[in-house]
Amino acid sequence: MSPTPLVQVRDLVTHFTRRVGLLGARREVVQAVNGVSLDVAAKTTLGLVGESGCGKTTLGRTILRLVERTSGEVRFDGRDVFALPPAELRRLRRRMQIVFQDPDGSLNPRLSIGRAVREGLEVHRLAEGAEATRRVEALLAEVGLPEGSAARYPHEFSGGQRQRAGIARALAVEPEFVVCDEPVSALDVSVQAQVLNLLVDLQARRGLSYLFISHDLAVIRHVAPRVAVMYLGRIVEHGPSDGIYHRPLHPYTQALLTAVPVPDPATRRPRIVLAGDPPSAVNPPAGCPFHPRCQHPGKDETCRTVRPELRELAPGHQVACHLADR
Amino acid sequence: MSGPSRAPLLEVRDLAVRFTGFDGVARAVDGVDLTVSEGETVGLVGESGCGKSVTALALLRLIEPPGHIAHGSSVRLEGRDLLALGAKEIRAVRGNHVALVFQEPLSALNPVLRVGRQIAEAIRAHEAVSRSTARWRAVEMLAAVGIADAERRAASYPHQLSGGMRQRVLLAMALACRPKLLLADEPTTALDVTIQAEILELLDGLQHKLGMAVLLITHNLGIVAERTRRVYVMYAGQIVEEAATERLFAAPAHPYTQGLLAAVPRLDERRERLRAIPGQVPPATAWPAGCRFHPRCPYAWEKCRTEMPPLLEAAPGQKARCWLVQEPGRRKSRPDGEVTK
Repeated sequence: MSPTPLVQVRDLVTHFTRRVGLLGARREVVQAVNGVSLDVAAKTTLGLVGESGCGKTTLGRTILRLVERTSGEVRFDGRDVFALPPAELRRLRRRMQIVFQDPDGSLNPRLSIGRAVREGLEVHRLAEGAEATRRVEALLAEVGLPEGSAARYPHEFSGGQRQRAGIARALAVEPEFVVCDEPVSALDVSVQAQVLNLLVDLQARRGLSYLFISHDLAVIRHVAPRVAVMYLGRIVEHGPSDGIYHRPLHPYTQALLTAVPVPDPATRRPRIVLAGDPPSAVNPPAGCPFHPRCQHPGKDETCRTVRPELRELAPGHQVACHLADR
Repeated sequence: MSGPSRAPLLEVRDLAVRFTGFDGVARAVDGVDLTVSEGETVGLVGESGCGKSVTALALLRLIEPPGHIAHGSSVRLEGRDLLALGAKEIRAVRGNHVALVFQEPLSALNPVLRVGRQIAEAIRAHEAVSRSTARWRAVEMLAAVGIADAERRAASYPHQLSGGMRQRVLLAMALACRPKLLLADEPTTALDVTIQAEILELLDGLQHKLGMAVLLITHNLGIVAERTRRVYVMYAGQIVEEAATERLFAAPAHPYTQGLLAAVPRLDERRERLRAIPGQVPPATAWPAGCRFHPRCPYAWEKCRTEMPPLLEAAPGQKARCWLVQEPGRRKSRPDGEVTK
């Protein structure tokens, strides 16, 4: 690991106000990200796992400043992302990219794949004319699209191929850091493996750093040496993948891991079945955000009233739980 | 496991469903045979576009034009040919004997009716009971599917419920008439993994209590491994492998099944590299000649390109639609790494 992480997030908070009720008469505040600190080291992957509504997507977007923060800090290569003047922010944007779950979100249906990939090159004045054409072709080949793809349109491709095009578009501007937001969740198993292998290869070849966001623990395990587990806007556990998967410390991580069905009928694992749905991010519970669903037998008054901070219980392995060492 | 001693609950023979469109005829389901015995949980697994959902809809004759069930198909429930029933009779079967739940509960629920009323109406559609009895049974069903405060929840509209709760409501509706067979089409795919675990546990419990059979349709091999006793694997409109669940995972016979198992990232072991299956599923309007998997198969030879293999017995109780069953020697050429194209 390098001494200074490429991306440093400190106490990041992102709240949204939304109008609800008849004609939007009432406002409510969604506490999507609620005080998150994490680092992404150069040339490695941090896996960010959590269920829907936990704030993982908002966190990824706030880091890229696609969403404005409420408070806290994001440093990219040592520079405060939220303090940059527009011209510098634009230069920084080239170095940070995003790959979405649904590639259609980043591919304009009326632009050929070639145009879509070329756009970034031209916006950032990296190449033009014949040079741009050559680079587009090289990128499309690098992500495994067949020759002649540049002239074709998104609808002519399968889901897996469109995701490859979305990756090519993100890589066109030669970023160092890519937020991969559920990049394989919409794909079938056989194609998902192709795209995961591609992302792993590209990282090795280009020295990329990934923040890899997914709800799928098995996918995260495959791509990330370090994992952060998010619940209701907070990181509840954070550590090396081996630690998280073999010795999970947070009751939520434990439940999450036992909930995943394993494709092997010969293994029968005890399962921790949670009760109820995650609470709303509009009204997160006091104390530990997980306490209403927590199945830990030692759950007590402290859990209901005092919010646990992240504590390091094993080297590099932090957990936000009052009971983790009991 | 010995085979079923009696006639199976559900017996499907040569089921074919075709859709006529601008780009030709799509043979979405093409000669499917399957059986489900009383009380049994059977998996039907495959990726998108393989025909598994269309199969479920066809069993209840819910295929709408431009689709149709081809002549020569047969679907027997307790010996009765469902395809020969009149419109009124098939309606009596739906919900009453065979119920269906699918992935997106919102599309199955009426947005402007309270959920308790929807369940009560489903009961009254099949049984001559009073409004108040139906209403009381609806609340009872909501409690049975683990909805806390069922009385109050019965008065909710679908949009007021979370995804997990809607799926419970749908289950309550499906099970209200105590069907003998539940067709569960990706019942938990839209849900978070912790909620999925809750719903699957619930389904397990209800199945035992009601003694019903379940045809569990899913793309998730983990769910198949944990929840089923027997499995059918579907690819390109056909069953390509059939086996007891343990056998399928221990010794898959079809290269597609093998490929799927090797492609899944695993929680219980870290794989250096996933073995992807090259290429993608062809469109239903243009299934390849010969074996439909041959363009993606690492072993394919001349015969595979021209002759479609039947389901061949690979081991007792295990069948695979693959010529390798007859020529196992050709498996030696098995490539080590991922196949690139």
